[in-house]
Order: sequence, then structure tokens, then C-alpha cells
Amino acid sequence: MNRLIRLATLSLACVPLLAHAHKAWLLPSSTVSTVDQWITVDAAVSNDLFYFNHVPLRIDALQIVDPKGSQVKPENVATGKYRTTFDLHLTQNGTYRLANINSGVFANYEENGAPKRWRGTAENFAAEVPANAQNLRISESVGRVEAFVTAGKPTTDALKPTNVGLELVPVTHPNDLYAGEAAKFGLLLDGKPATNLDVTILPGGSRYRDQPQEIKVKTDAAGQFSVTWPAPGMYWLETKWQDDKTSVKQATQRRVSYVATFEVLPQ
Amino acid sequence: MRRLPRSLRPLAAFVACATALPVWATDLSVKAQIPTLNVAEYHRPYVAIWVEREDQSIATHLSVWYQTDAKKEDGAQWLKDLRQWWRRGGREQTLPIDGVTGATRPVGEHTLQFSGTGKQLRGLANGKYHLVVEAVREVGGRELLRVPFDWPATRKQQLTAQGKTELGAIMLDLAP
Repeated sequence: MNRLIRLATLSLACVPLLAHAHKAWLLPSSTVSTVDQWITVDAAVSNDLFYFNHVPLRIDALQIVDPKGSQVKPENVATGKYRTTFDLHLTQNGTYRLANINSGVFANYEENGAPKRWRGTAENFAAEVPANAQNLRISESVGRVEAFVTAGKPTTDALKPTNVGLELVPVTHPNDLYAGEAAKFGLLLDGKPATNLDVTILPGGSRYRDQPQEIKVKTDAAGQFSVTWPAPGMYWLETKWQDDKTSVKQATQRRVSYVATFEVLPQ
Repeated sequence: MRRLPRSLRPLAAFVACATALPVWATDLSVKAQIPTLNVAEYHRPYVAIWVEREDQSIATHLSVWYQTDAKKEDGAQWLKDLRQWWRRGGREQTLPIDGVTGATRPVGEHTLQFSGTGKQLRGLANGKYHLVVEAVREVGGRELLRVPFDWPATRKQQLTAQGKTELGAIMLDLAP
């Protein structure tokens, strides 16, 4: 009985780590712009799209790649109760990729009979999790939350994959999307086509309608999918994967996710 | 001058004849009406006028009007609001475009004339096209009109379209 309760407590403790009910997103003030303009971006985690009503997205792992492929820094970063905001100066012509990369190692274990939870990186795992940890269960996660912004003509240098986790490769450029037209994208898992993967797409503005109006698609044998945007607006895309390709040898499971925000313009 | 070798004489005659021929080309003129609007805050519209191929790509840019006053805020930043023109090729242009871009224009009828042998039309291949006129106004709306035509014209033609909000009558005159 005691053991059962302990197990129950342990699984309850796991919930916030494993729960995927909330959606993380980056929402740019505009995605089609011109050189030397600024954009501002909201970053939040919520159930409703795109409303900041739960918690801000922590952007410690934000990587902004400019059109030439170099890293640039966000400006005026501020975190409030419900959202993080930052600005980006579009100093170059072309496409910028904004990616918040959440990778980490999660451990659940018992120490002297007490359930413990740890979150960190693969590097500091050995130093921080005691060697005598019992019932040690470790999982890893690799996730990207992305948005794209273009000054002038869309380019693709910033969209080159890093070949880690799930990534989007454009067939249609992500800043060239229009209502009523089909867009095609590829998904890569560790640099290889991610085939037969479920992809969920949700339109923003969920507060003002009754149904989520979810679009579900699957990647084909080439790891590609296409979607015909039903209406203009902001859309949120998510896809997930689970495997055992872990970097910490004791870890048994790797959870991979990819999220992106797309702006679809009217004709 | 030495006489040309006998073998080259027919060629020389042909060249002389070809250059002497009148150039057969259609002239194109566009009349675009910017309507009077009863609004509290009026700004002149941004307007783009171009020739569109059947696949909606831009065959030639004819005219683009935007806020070019250097003393004011950079007007080029709102050219993206000419949404169709921007996606089809506006975003690839370096501004200003010689002979195409200019300042915004007031309410009234504006006539633009393009010679068939001029820079914008001389490269236009035979085929079916649309004249496209797109207008967008600060704190206002957007309107886009298409007028289909064949190029080159075989007879004098006047083709029209009627705007409802940001544009008035659009008239395309073709004169072979």
C-alpha cells in the first residue's frame, strides 16, 4: 500500500513535465516586412491561440538566425505575468528564423525513500543526480518553437536544418502563404525525412468560435505534407515524435517536438 | 567605299530593308480614377499598376505610387500593403524603380501612356495578359481590379473595369 501511494505520488509529480496540453508559441507582430523595420514578438504558453492567459514562454534558449545564417540577439526582452516580449531589428533583406529550442533531460528518482525530480542538461546530469538514486527514470526532450519573418524577398539560408530533432524544411516558403492556396513543407527528424508523422494545425482566434477547427495531416513517404489554408490569419502547427535515441546513456526515452507559427495572408 | 562581295549583297539588302520597316507595336494607355471619399482622415492611396501574365507573375511594372517625400517617414515600408504586387514581384525590386515609381497622386483621373517601343512594353511577348491596378490607403481599404487583354492588339480597343471602394473607373486603351 505504502509503495502504491508512493507510486501515485511519483506519477502525480511527473504530470507537469509530461503534460503537453498547453501550447507554446512565438507570435510576431508581422511576418512580411521591409529592411530596417522592427518587429515585436510575444512568447507565451497557453491553451487558447493566440492569447496570453497562462504563463510566459521562457526564451533562455532563443536562437534568432538572420538571412545570412548568423545569430542575432533579441532586444528589449521583458517577461511579464503572462508573456515574454522581445523586439527584433530587421537589418538585412531576407528571412529570419526565430527558434526557442527546449532540450533537456528529466529524471525521476527516489532518494532515501523520498520522490525527487530533476531537470537539466545531459552535461550536468552526472554531477547533479546522486549516484545512489533509486528507481531512476530518465527521459530526454528536444523541442523547437519557431516563427519566421521576412524583410523584402523571402530567402532560405536561415532555414538550413541543424539536423537535431524535428525541423521544418520549406517547399513553400513559410512567409509566402495565402488563403485558398496549398503550401507544402517537409519535416526532418535528425536530418532525415520524417515519414508518416501526424501534424496538427490550428487557426488562431479560438476565443471567438465554438470549435477548434483543427487541421490534421500526415507526412508522406518523402516526409512532406501539404495544407490548403482555409482563411487568412495566424496558424499554429505542432508535431511530436518519441524514440529511444537518447544522448544520456541511462535515458530510455526521447521526446521530440516541433511547433511553428505561420501567418497566412488574404489574396 | 568598296563594293561588298557578291555573296553578301542580298544580306545587306535585307538588313537595309528590315531597319527601314515601320516598327509594328501597340501603344498602351491607362486611365485610373482615384475617387473622392467622404472620410474624416484621408490619405492618398498607394497604387501599383502592372501587366500580369496568365500565371499571375508580373510581365512588366507600369507604375507604382507611394510616399516618396524624404522629409516624412520612410514610405517604402508600407509598400507591402500592396499585397498582390508585393508578393508577385514588388518585394524583389530595388527602390526607386526608374520610370515606374513616383509620388502618390490626388483624387482625380490620371492618364499614363506607354509606347509599344518603350522600356516597359518592348519586351512583352505575344499572349494573354491582365492589366492589374491595386490601391491601398492608410486608415482605409484595399481594392484590386483586373482588365484582361491580348497582346499585341490587332485593332483599337478600350477595355474597362469599375472599382467600388478605393478605385473608380479604370480604362485601358490599346492602339496598334
